[in-house]
Amino acid sequence: MDIHEYQAKELLAGFGVPVPRGSVAYSPDQAVYTATELGGWHWAVKAQVHSGARGKAGGIKLCKTYHEVDAAARELLGKRLVTVQTGPEGKPVQRVYVEVAEPFERELYLGIVLDRKAERVRVIASAEGGMDIEELANTAPEKIMQVVVEPAVGLQAFQARQIAFGLKLNIKQVSRAVTAIMGAYRAFRDLDATMVEINPLVVTKDDRVLALDAKMSFDDNAMFRQRAVADMRDPSQEDPREVQAAEHNLNYVGLDGDIGCIINGAGLAMATMDTIKYAGGAPANFLDVGGGASPERVANSFRLVLSDKNVKAILVNIFAGINRCDWVAQGVVQACNDIDITVPLIVRLAGTNEEEGQRIIRESGLPIISASSLTEAAKKAVEAARAHAAS
Amino acid sequence: MSILINEKTKIIVQGFTGDKGSFHAKEMIEYGTNVVGGVTPGKGGSTHLGKPVFNTVAEAVEATGAEASITFVAPAFCADAIMEAADAGIQLVCSITDGIPAQDMMRVKRYLMRYPKERRTLMVGPNCAGIISPGKAMLGIMPGHIYKQGTVGIVSRSGTLGYEAAAQMKALGIGVSTSVGIGGDPINGSSFLDHLMKFQEDPETTAVVMIGEIGGPQEAEASAWVKENMTKPVVGYVAGLTAPKGRRMGHAGAIISAAGDSAAEKSEIMRSYGLSVAPSAGELGTTVAAMMAKL
Repeated sequence: MDIHEYQAKELLAGFGVPVPRGSVAYSPDQAVYTATELGGWHWAVKAQVHSGARGKAGGIKLCKTYHEVDAAARELLGKRLVTVQTGPEGKPVQRVYVEVAEPFERELYLGIVLDRKAERVRVIASAEGGMDIEELANTAPEKIMQVVVEPAVGLQAFQARQIAFGLKLNIKQVSRAVTAIMGAYRAFRDLDATMVEINPLVVTKDDRVLALDAKMSFDDNAMFRQRAVADMRDPSQEDPREVQAAEHNLNYVGLDGDIGCIINGAGLAMATMDTIKYAGGAPANFLDVGGGASPERVANSFRLVLSDKNVKAILVNIFAGINRCDWVAQGVVQACNDIDITVPLIVRLAGTNEEEGQRIIRESGLPIISASSLTEAAKKAVEAARAHAAS
Repeated sequence: MSILINEKTKIIVQGFTGDKGSFHAKEMIEYGTNVVGGVTPGKGGSTHLGKPVFNTVAEAVEATGAEASITFVAPAFCADAIMEAADAGIQLVCSITDGIPAQDMMRVKRYLMRYPKERRTLMVGPNCAGIISPGKAMLGIMPGHIYKQGTVGIVSRSGTLGYEAAAQMKALGIGVSTSVGIGGDPINGSSFLDHLMKFQEDPETTAVVMIGEIGGPQEAEASAWVKENMTKPVVGYVAGLTAPKGRRMGHAGAIISAAGDSAAEKSEIMRSYGLSVAPSAGELGTTVAAMMAKL
């Protein structure tokens, strides 16, 4: 789960990470009022969307007058911001963050990630802030410092000091950077984050160290014990179909092909999509219907898949372990009777009670195309989608 | 032979009396698995499915000599259950539970390291379908009837894709020595490599199928080891060719976030290390058959 910059800064500040003064605004009036409250001479008005690279996309405006703050908020609010990370449809800007713009001397990079290879938390820092860290890792890996955290004791102050001195900070700045690094680590640990990125972490003329931008992602599996973080979820930043899927406890990811997929198991779902592509077609979505595929879940899956207007055929592929093919078959038949399905439907059932499931499909009298193997199912789906598109 | 479990392995079920624990324990017993009891805190002293229930894993181990356990414990409490099993001297813990926080798993793995190698617990999962040595024992939630007893090892992240491989192989008359699901989470108890090493040592396993997914460095690491150390042929497959970057495909671990994470890259790495890569998931069985024909 991702959150907005202003929310990340609020959380980090709670762990002692210094951030510039700022406040969120939902309207131009509120933005101007916020600027007057904050005081200062210059303000940054920043579009709050779940994406990086906002600056290059025109999502961050530097303002010198209240009038400019008003104009910036008017320009950003209600628009969709398209960045290199959002895709062409962009993401809606419903809030802006108004922040006192601090002049700074240096831009550093600080990141904390869950490292899958080490199976530990890794702290990454570089004196080259503001840059894409992946690019830097490729072009100049020697400029990146890394510390792996021992899970039994957590990040130690000496490790933070090593990083701070490595960033060539003066002694006054070092102690402030250590506070920022330790605070960011504690936020990561205590809030079940999977990523904290402060890029840039800036050093001001008067030796302060501030998180100028902040990004945090969290472990969905831990949200049961992080209510405050979970409440920060902003569904407007997510694909509406994925939001709808999550409400029904289904796993859905929209893609741009035309064959809708309803499958049990994430691995089999991906493999089925790949097999569709191998057969010359293109999957419209990833959908894992899960272990207990009740008729209701199956029906919800059909509704979700059909909400994508590109869909020209639907492939149901179930390998029943905990599931039973006869239950899934009943669900499919019921969904066909309840929902107006105008595209061809291909069903492949295997595993527990497979004969019974296939019999239910056969005897339903519905125009369902049966398949006995994964390859056959994918081929039939591709042919059916083509025929439907041509008709 | 087989790896990890056989008909003699004494097994306890953690979360024995819950709905899921009861359902799958019953299936495991019917399959012929040597389930010697179970653990549910607060229900010690009672009997469930004809087997004794204990309050703690330590009591269960003392009374039954249990060597392996399977956890059907809610995500919030599962790390605790795994550590309890390790502390009680259980040698193999298989965790079916889906949804354990990643930082909990980090702590679990660190905790397991506190024991000397000879008594260190091997963990399989979490978020997996479990382990089956066909005809002998089942420590998991798979449909047992789709596996034919034989000599090919399967190690897979995905449960259902592992079923797919086993069923395709059975249809071609090819049997399985042991099938292990390592699970779809970013941090899992044991890796492809851990199980490939066991299959290499197992005298009756003649070949192995390794079924990976997008995300993480495990498939590449295991493939490199195969090239250097493995004398048995390995068929590889990686699901997720059509997965977009940065999107989580169901499994918490199935996300392309770094270079080398994609299915195309991983398949290429497998090929470069000499694995026979199945061109599609529909051809897992035929790829294994072609490889077996060359043995």
